[in-house]
Amino acid sequence: MSIKISKQLCIGCGKCLNVCPGDLIHRDESGESYIKYPQDCWGCTSCLKECETGAIKYYLGADIGGLGGYLVTKRDGDLLHWTICKADGEEVVVTINQKEANQY
Amino acid sequence: MNLNLDLMVLETDILIIGGGTAGCFAALTAAENSSFQVLIAEKANIKRSGCLAAGVNALNAYIVKGETPDTYLDYVRNDNGGVIREDLVYSIAKRLNEVTSKVEALGLVIQKDEKGDYVARGKRNIKINGENIKPILASAVEQKKNIKVLNRVNIIDYVVKDNRVIGAYGFSLDNNVFYTIQAKAVLCTTGGAAGLYRPNNPGFSRHKMWYPPFNTGAGYAMGIRAGAEMTTFEMRFIALRCKDTIAPTGTIAQGVKAQQINGRGEAYERKYGLPTTPNRMYSTVQENKEGKGPCYLETKGISKETEEDLYKAYLNMAPAQSLRWIESGQGPSVANVEIEGTEPYIVGGHTASGYWVDTNRVTTIEGLFAAGDVAGGSPQKFVTGCFAEGEIAALSALDYIKGKEAVVVEHAHMIAKLTEVQQFLENDAALYSVEEIEEAMQKVMDVYAGGISSDYVVNSSKLAIAKQRINGLLEMSKSLKARDLHELKLIYEVLDRLYVCKTLIVHLQARKETRWHCFQENADYPERDDQNYYKYLNSRYRNGDIEVILRDIVKKDEKYEHQN
Repeated sequence: MSIKISKQLCIGCGKCLNVCPGDLIHRDESGESYIKYPQDCWGCTSCLKECETGAIKYYLGADIGGLGGYLVTKRDGDLLHWTICKADGEEVVVTINQKEANQY
Repeated sequence: MNLNLDLMVLETDILIIGGGTAGCFAALTAAENSSFQVLIAEKANIKRSGCLAAGVNALNAYIVKGETPDTYLDYVRNDNGGVIREDLVYSIAKRLNEVTSKVEALGLVIQKDEKGDYVARGKRNIKINGENIKPILASAVEQKKNIKVLNRVNIIDYVVKDNRVIGAYGFSLDNNVFYTIQAKAVLCTTGGAAGLYRPNNPGFSRHKMWYPPFNTGAGYAMGIRAGAEMTTFEMRFIALRCKDTIAPTGTIAQGVKAQQINGRGEAYERKYGLPTTPNRMYSTVQENKEGKGPCYLETKGISKETEEDLYKAYLNMAPAQSLRWIESGQGPSVANVEIEGTEPYIVGGHTASGYWVDTNRVTTIEGLFAAGDVAGGSPQKFVTGCFAEGEIAALSALDYIKGKEAVVVEHAHMIAKLTEVQQFLENDAALYSVEEIEEAMQKVMDVYAGGISSDYVVNSSKLAIAKQRINGLLEMSKSLKARDLHELKLIYEVLDRLYVCKTLIVHLQARKETRWHCFQENADYPERDDQNYYKYLNSRYRNGDIEVILRDIVKKDEKYEHQN
């Protein structure tokens, strides 16, 4: 499990590399972020939540059952939209209101 | 070309090492109760560092209606074979509800019923939305004028003079700077240790573990090297978790009352004695050993609505599990959730491993305080218990520094430490990489010190091998080479883990009984031996050797002070 950062969408703001608890995201020569140590990712999704352009995809490694799908997040005020894009292209969106507690 | 580090000296009144759950709360407490300067040194960024980076989905230590601090203490005592510091657990239990209100006031969403009371999930738990608990704490910290935060600075050792901690050394992950931070008091809140044993997923997803892989036992290791007394390392924490994603299971077990079943569909937990935390783990190991695996939490048949709520609950703390459910189309309503035990962690917020502290959370070294996962004696602290302990330690540090002058760190001492750090940057390319040392350490611990592959069981012969190999790896680590600051951090992390392993092995050797299944299970001594071991097992590092000390149980109303 790890992340991939889209070169097309990254604007080089550096928020993801500043928040990553493992110091795993670094800048390449063009100033854009990339995950330098993909195997060391904990999967906390902190970087996804920082990214304002939705450039970061979170996925499960094949060794833990990943099937080629991925997760992206988008914030909209108190709402956090989690979009799961399955390998066959189907999208499932789960929206969580931060002002509401979990039921479980 | 080698990097060269420049020396920078900072001064503060209270230095807090680690801006996680306990550290942030301690900083807030110190800032609100004094005008002293507080400095948090954090290796990552307090906005998303420590255990709660991804969030937390419930508060698991709260005194709900009908319960009392005494019943909380009873629960902790019974769950841990009696070897707990009652004074510490009780002092935390009495503060749980007050610290919860405080975090709610900072912005944490807690579910309430129509009367305005918190909604309980079981006997000690309340429901929250904890996805943003770290950003909430970080923003409260940033608003305090007398707290300064030094993000992305890795602290590596205390500065000790005449058995008093007078500061700490560290280095930046961004600039070529070596820090000496001078302080009147130091509070260690670095968390526990993961990554000591070979993990569940040793390949690409090696860091998909439950406890944060970036909690490397730095606080324990610094304390060990400084000669602080440590307690109960042998009581490792092994968590029962969702297969592969290593996501928590309590949300399913308690939230939807799912029971543990084996591959034949039989409920098995009750066959193995009291349903304590170690026994839930042990029962699963035993079923697998008997060939009855895989084991599951029986969720099949829950409603689609419940399933949707579980997706949300997991996205708020362990998003991998929701991704797995949705991506595979095998949500918990249609498939039971497979479970497995994790590799052993050392974590004082769940079990009792950590610094030996007095009732005020003072360690055995003057000027050094400890709270949260790094402080021992007090299991089942969880998040709110770490807040409570951070508060207690901060108040006690404030008392200590009143009227105290800082001790100046000698320049020669700083230079000696800087030279030691610089050496890793100047070493010639070594035969072994940090990664190889770490892999070797995890293999040794797995095979010879009771990891997953040995069903968590240890014996004297295996531990003797573990001891020898870990000492060898410590020696080999001296020649490691760092090409940049990230690699320098990795070297110190593996060194810290090795010191923790070294101490842990001595503890496992010294408790010649079996007190907790899986957590500390010795095949040479399979029975519990209250006559000799209803005691705390403590240790101290002296001149390369670890000496063991057995101490008597401290009861709830005692005020424990360090004697010798």
